[in-house]
Amino acid sequence: MDLKKNYLVGVFDDDDVLLNAIPKIRESGIKIEDVYTPFPVHGIEEKLGYKRSKMSVAAFCFGMCGTSFAIWMQTWMLGFDWPMIIGGKNFISAPPFVPVTFELTVLIGSLGMVGTFFVMAGLAPWAKPRIFDLRSTDDKHVMAIDLAANSRSENEIQGMLQSNGAAEVYRKDFED
Amino acid sequence: MSQMDQFEFTGKQKRNVFLILVIGLVLMVLGIFIEMSGGGGHHEEHGLLNNSSGQVASLMAHDQAEGSHAEEAGGHHGYHWYQRLYANLWINNMYFMGIGIIGLFFFAIQYVARAGWSASIIRVMLAYAHWIPYGAVLIILVFFLANHDLFHWTHESLYVEFLEDGSPNPEYDEIIVGKAGFLNMPFYWARMLIGLGVWTGAFFLLRKYTLAEDQEGGTKYYHKSVTTSAIFIIFFAVSSSILAWDWIMSIDTHWYSTMFGWYIFASWFVTGLASITLMTVWLKKLGYLPMVNENHIHDLGKFVFGFSIFWTYIWFSQFLLIYYANIPEETVYFWERLNSHTYAPLFYLNLLLNFFLPFLLLMTRDSKRQWLMLRIVTSIVIVGHFIDFYLMITPGTLKAHGGIGFMEIGTYLVYLGLFAFVVLNGLSRYKLVPANHPMLEESVHHHI
Repeated sequence: MDLKKNYLVGVFDDDDVLLNAIPKIRESGIKIEDVYTPFPVHGIEEKLGYKRSKMSVAAFCFGMCGTSFAIWMQTWMLGFDWPMIIGGKNFISAPPFVPVTFELTVLIGSLGMVGTFFVMAGLAPWAKPRIFDLRSTDDKHVMAIDLAANSRSENEIQGMLQSNGAAEVYRKDFED
Repeated sequence: MSQMDQFEFTGKQKRNVFLILVIGLVLMVLGIFIEMSGGGGHHEEHGLLNNSSGQVASLMAHDQAEGSHAEEAGGHHGYHWYQRLYANLWINNMYFMGIGIIGLFFFAIQYVARAGWSASIIRVMLAYAHWIPYGAVLIILVFFLANHDLFHWTHESLYVEFLEDGSPNPEYDEIIVGKAGFLNMPFYWARMLIGLGVWTGAFFLLRKYTLAEDQEGGTKYYHKSVTTSAIFIIFFAVSSSILAWDWIMSIDTHWYSTMFGWYIFASWFVTGLASITLMTVWLKKLGYLPMVNENHIHDLGKFVFGFSIFWTYIWFSQFLLIYYANIPEETVYFWERLNSHTYAPLFYLNLLLNFFLPFLLLMTRDSKRQWLMLRIVTSIVIVGHFIDFYLMITPGTLKAHGGIGFMEIGTYLVYLGLFAFVVLNGLSRYKLVPANHPMLEESVHHHI
């Protein structure tokens, strides 16, 4: 298996130029792997054709985990393991369970979402992120195009990037 | 295009509003006749209905033991049919005044927050505020006519410790006497008149500024509006809470809740937001507000969703504290509502309509961007909060005589007709979008 990855990297100075370039490059049949920007660029997701994040599904699942854990925990603790009389209420009664259930739903839901986000965004502890151009953390917008995923030749893609306003285009290879 | 700049209150819409008013009036009169003819036997009838588990009897006994007055506010001199009418007028006064004042409050919030997204819909909020002067007059009128029938503490005999012959007055109420420093007629009238007066004044002032901005342009009136709005919001924060105690909490004179001001505000706010959303979607459907897109609608939907949960949070906080502390003078409020065949179903319906349905139906992003779903949910919330106000006011004023009948539906429809006429008439007076609002461009490009 060839682990070598070959990329063409386009560097853009201006976010407006970038936003205009993306649809033109995509229309010409070139597949963009990702774009790295130093700040959030409004509307870039639609232009890149990203589908809506499925984060809400993860949020729901983690939230339900929190809810069921909270209900089980309180029922077991207060109902079976160590029943205590508090204000003459039933051992298992719904109203006082609500705040704890709510809080644990929010806690597990949000922690789960943060974890999911890190994994999905390639920021998990075991992930090895590819740094295409360090200036994408400063003032440049960096577009990465995987050459293996495109049938067009490298020169053609390079020409396309340059004609759409890329300030620099260069090739970058990764060994793994 | 220019025709769509300004809302036209068409003859057909006026006819529909008039129709609501007439149907309401017919139902209300019908309800009054039923209540009048029910007269004498009514008491026993209702007593029996509610008495299947002996709860009303023990409630009465409880009252007797606690305050030595067997029948609270309403029943001071026996029950009369007009008490139910007064209670209905008061419920609707509170409910529609809330929508009106939230229109102004949310309008002011947009200025204080210097919000850009909402510039194209602030006139919809302002439209609801047109009700404030009318609502204020109705509140003053109904209180003037019905204070003895609605508010137990207004009876002077409660404050007399000894009768003329020197014997102790059986109606003397120590707890209410203890509250007389706050709950007395002159101070009550002063609070009410100052509150309503400043609300009305703030409405006319803010409307004057936004209309002057249409004529003259520039940012002068914008900055003036920001200052006025900020002062109004501070005043509103205090006055809405105080007036909530006065207008609603003092009906159950012995009872008190420290959450009550917030509770009324939350109820008003979510009703107002639902009304604003409903009107925006309706205007969109008629072809008005071309610059309002699905992102504005989505944001309004989020407000309705969020503040439905906020209302539930306040409702639950009030309930949980009282449930856990288990002090009889506090729990009586929920006891009256939960141990009655009339009120208990409404009590649970209140939670269903105002929490579970909006929470589940508006949870997804798509539902908040869908006009039909928003129309359904906002209507549910608007009706649901009528039930909320009904449950705050009726058990305290009518005790076991309350119920949902022709009079309740009729009075609501009469008020709805009047309210819709005042609001739509106000909306049709000026341009739907403030053309010279400095943030308008931001609102047009609002995108989330």
